Amino acid sequence: MSAAAELLHRLSTVRGIRGSVLVSAGDGLIVAESLMTGVDGRAVAALAASLVSRLRRATESAGRREPVFLQLHAAGGTVLAAPCGTELVLVAVAGPDANVGLARLEMLDVSGRLA
Amino acid sequence: MSDDIRGMTAELAADPDSLVFLDLGEALRRRGQLDAAFKVARTGLHRYSELARAHDLSARILCDRGERDRAFEAWVTALGLDPGLVSAHKGLGFLYYYAGDLASAEKHLAYAGQADPDDTGTAAALERVRAGRAAAPAVAPATREAPAAASVEPAAPAAAEARVEESESETLGAASGLTFSFEESSPSPVQEAVFAGLDGGTDGLLLVDAGGLRLGGGLWNPDGADVADSVAALLAGVSKEAARTARLLELGEWRGLAVECGDGNLFLSAPTESTLLLTVRGLDIPMGRVARFAERASMAARAWLERSE
Repeated sequence: MSAAAELLHRLSTVRGIRGSVLVSAGDGLIVAESLMTGVDGRAVAALAASLVSRLRRATESAGRREPVFLQLHAAGGTVLAAPCGTELVLVAVAGPDANVGLARLEMLDVSGRLA
Repeated sequence: MSDDIRGMTAELAADPDSLVFLDLGEALRRRGQLDAAFKVARTGLHRYSELARAHDLSARILCDRGERDRAFEAWVTALGLDPGLVSAHKGLGFLYYYAGDLASAEKHLAYAGQADPDDTGTAAALERVRAGRAAAPAVAPATREAPAAASVEPAAPAAAEARVEESESETLGAASGLTFSFEESSPSPVQEAVFAGLDGGTDGLLLVDAGGLRLGGGLWNPDGADVADSVAALLAGVSKEAARTARLLELGEWRGLAVECGDGNLFLSAPTESTLLLTVRGLDIPMGRVARFAERASMAARAWLERSE
């Protein structure tokens, strides 16, 4: 198992996390993944990369620094994303019962190691 | 540059936490250097967001720039922090006068006059407002419930139906220690006071329609530049992407998007189906509080939208 896959697997042990993927920020393609059955990794990767890209432009326009973490809250769960430098994005999909605070800490740690 | 301004600039450079920015900003405003004054005020507000006098300074400069809607919100914010701030009462007195709400103008100017009986300028302005009410009681516009939190805040007018004579406005503005410009095409300040009474109503809260156009609020970058319209245009795309992501991942309707930057926290929400609200705060405000504040701002935005329809 690669180092990236090991880190993703560790993240997936957090309560409520359905899966995580490491995504190429430029094209939204999967670099590594650790997903539960039923989670479409390719969709997660493409959508999250696009969202992060748009947010980067918005925060830049607002005169703010780069996003370091984002949470998309929805009725049925949460998408979490942490850019790892400029080329990679770590993404996790969490259910409504997830410990988002713990997942955030794990993701910031993992993204720091991967950057 | 005068020696005073040079000295205050040096003092502020040596100690960025110094409150001398209040005097420096006012001195620059009086010299007509409004961009420089506003930059000083914005920098001070970033450090002292709870200081009523900093919002008051910002409001004076905005008024001189002809941005009465934002000046109104800044003065309401100032009174929310310090209900007894005389200069904010004077400023709001003028703006209500300009909007044709003489009753509210009188309340603010009367408060200012009581607090400072030796201020002949305020006394003269109050006399003029009272004379106007006595002469034209029938043209007082209808009022609606004031959105502001300050207990001294009178009701805000629904529309500036009874515009005062331009020359009288200028006289009153001068009497209040302010300098104003009067473009008839400018909207009434109260018409755009979406977030009146909420901290950050003029900077850090931005209401946008589905097409990326600004509906209310304001946003300034750390250098003091107005970035509201450019950010508003980009937010429409972010919102569509957020909705698409949630839908395609079968997570249901999206409810909010929290973004942590290296120098601030942003929260994007949708007060209604066709509007977006961006809330921006510094890193000193935890994201959980930013989200709660965004909820309050969303409620204010919904109420404002309902009143506007």
